[in-house]
Amino acid sequence: MRALIVDDSRAMRRIVGRILGDAGFEVLEAGDGQQALDLLEGLDGPPELACVDWNMPVMDGLTFITEVRNRPQWRAITLMMVTTESESDRIVRALAAGAHEYLIKPFTGEAMLEKLDLLGLLPTSTGV
Amino acid sequence: MTISPQAFTFVRELVRAESAIVLDTGKEYLVESRLVPLARAAGHPDVDAYVADLSKRRTPAAMKQVVEALTTNETSWFRDADPFTALRQNVFPALAKTRSNRTLRIWAGACSSGQEPYSIIMTALDTPELAGWKIELVATDLSEEMLTRSRKGEYSQLEVNRGLPATTLVRHFERAGLNWRINQSIRERVEFRSLNLTRPFPPMGRFDIVFLRNVLIYFDLPTKRDVLKRVRQVMAPDGHLFLGAAEMTMGVDDAWERVPAGRSSVYRIREEQRTCVL
Repeated sequence: MRALIVDDSRAMRRIVGRILGDAGFEVLEAGDGQQALDLLEGLDGPPELACVDWNMPVMDGLTFITEVRNRPQWRAITLMMVTTESESDRIVRALAAGAHEYLIKPFTGEAMLEKLDLLGLLPTSTGV
Repeated sequence: MTISPQAFTFVRELVRAESAIVLDTGKEYLVESRLVPLARAAGHPDVDAYVADLSKRRTPAAMKQVVEALTTNETSWFRDADPFTALRQNVFPALAKTRSNRTLRIWAGACSSGQEPYSIIMTALDTPELAGWKIELVATDLSEEMLTRSRKGEYSQLEVNRGLPATTLVRHFERAGLNWRINQSIRERVEFRSLNLTRPFPPMGRFDIVFLRNVLIYFDLPTKRDVLKRVRQVMAPDGHLFLGAAEMTMGVDDAWERVPAGRSSVYRIREEQRTCVL
C-alpha cells in the first residue's frame, strides 16, 4: 500500500513517514497541496492513503482535500487531516470537505495506528 | 495498593529518560496499575518489590517492559474495537428482542478513567434497535481519583486521539479549554461508584451486560474464581459478560461458557447453571 504525506514541515513528514513505513506503507511526500496534486497526476494509480496538514503555503490542506474529492479517479484515496487545528468547527469542515479522519497534533505513533485501524488500513484492521 | 515514593521516582525517571513522557505526581495509581501484571509475572508480591529488584539489576529488557507498560497501553476509546462491534451488531440487538420493559442495565467494572463506560453509551446510541430505550450504566472503580476524573468526563487532546473516530468526537464532545469534555447527555447516563471487586458487592440489582475487561489479570486464581462467581449472582440469567482478550473463564469458573459474538466472544452462564442464580 502507498501513502502520501502532505506537510510543509520536513520534520513532520519524517515522523509520519517512519510510522507509516513501519506499518508497511510505501511513503510518498509533498510539501504543499499543489505539489501533492502534481504528484498524484503523475502516478499510475492513486495511493490508498493521504495524510494532509491543514496550514501550508501555496495550497492548504482543506483545498487539497476538496480538489481530490472532486476527481472521480482519486475517489479511492482515504484522506486523513493531520493538523494542530483542534477546534470542533475545523474538524466538521474537514469532514464535510471529504476527509475520512482527523488526527490532531501532537499525537503518538499508537494514536496514528489506531486511526489507520479505524479506517481499515492496517493488515489486522477490523474497523469500528 | 500504593506505590512507595522511591519506587515511583525511579519509574518516573526511567520513563522520562526513555520516552520523554513525564509522569507527574498524582500518577502513582497509573504506575501501580500498569506494573502489577509485570510484578506478578516476575514473581514479586507487589510493585515496590518489583521496582526495587529492577533498580538493582537494571536488566535492559525489563526496563524496556516497564517503559512500554507505561507508554503504549493507555486506555483507548472503543478499546480493541471488536467487543464494541459485537455489542452493536450482536448483543444489543439480541437483548432488544427479549426485554419488554425497553431497559438495559449494564455494569462496567474497573472503569479506570471512564473511556469504557462512555464508549458503551456511545455504542448504544449508535444501535438502531435501542432507539428510545433506557440504558442504566453503573461504572465502578477502586480508585476515587479515577472516579472523580471519569465523572468530570474531561480528556486531553492526546486522549481523544486514541481510538475515537473524528465524527464521534465532534458529535459527542465539546471543547473545555485545551481539553475535550464528553457531552452532559452522555455523562448523566453513567453512574460512577466506588467498588472493590475483591470484596462482596454492594446491592446493585441485576445486569444484562457486564464489562470486566483486563482486570482479572491482576488477581490470583482463587480471587478470579470468587469474582466470576459473584458476577454470576448479579447477572441476568441470559446476560452477557465481556472479558479482556487475554482472559477466560475456562478452568477458573466453568459455570460460564464462551459464545462467539461477531469477531469477538462473550461469556454466558451455562443453561444448566442458570436455575442456580434465579
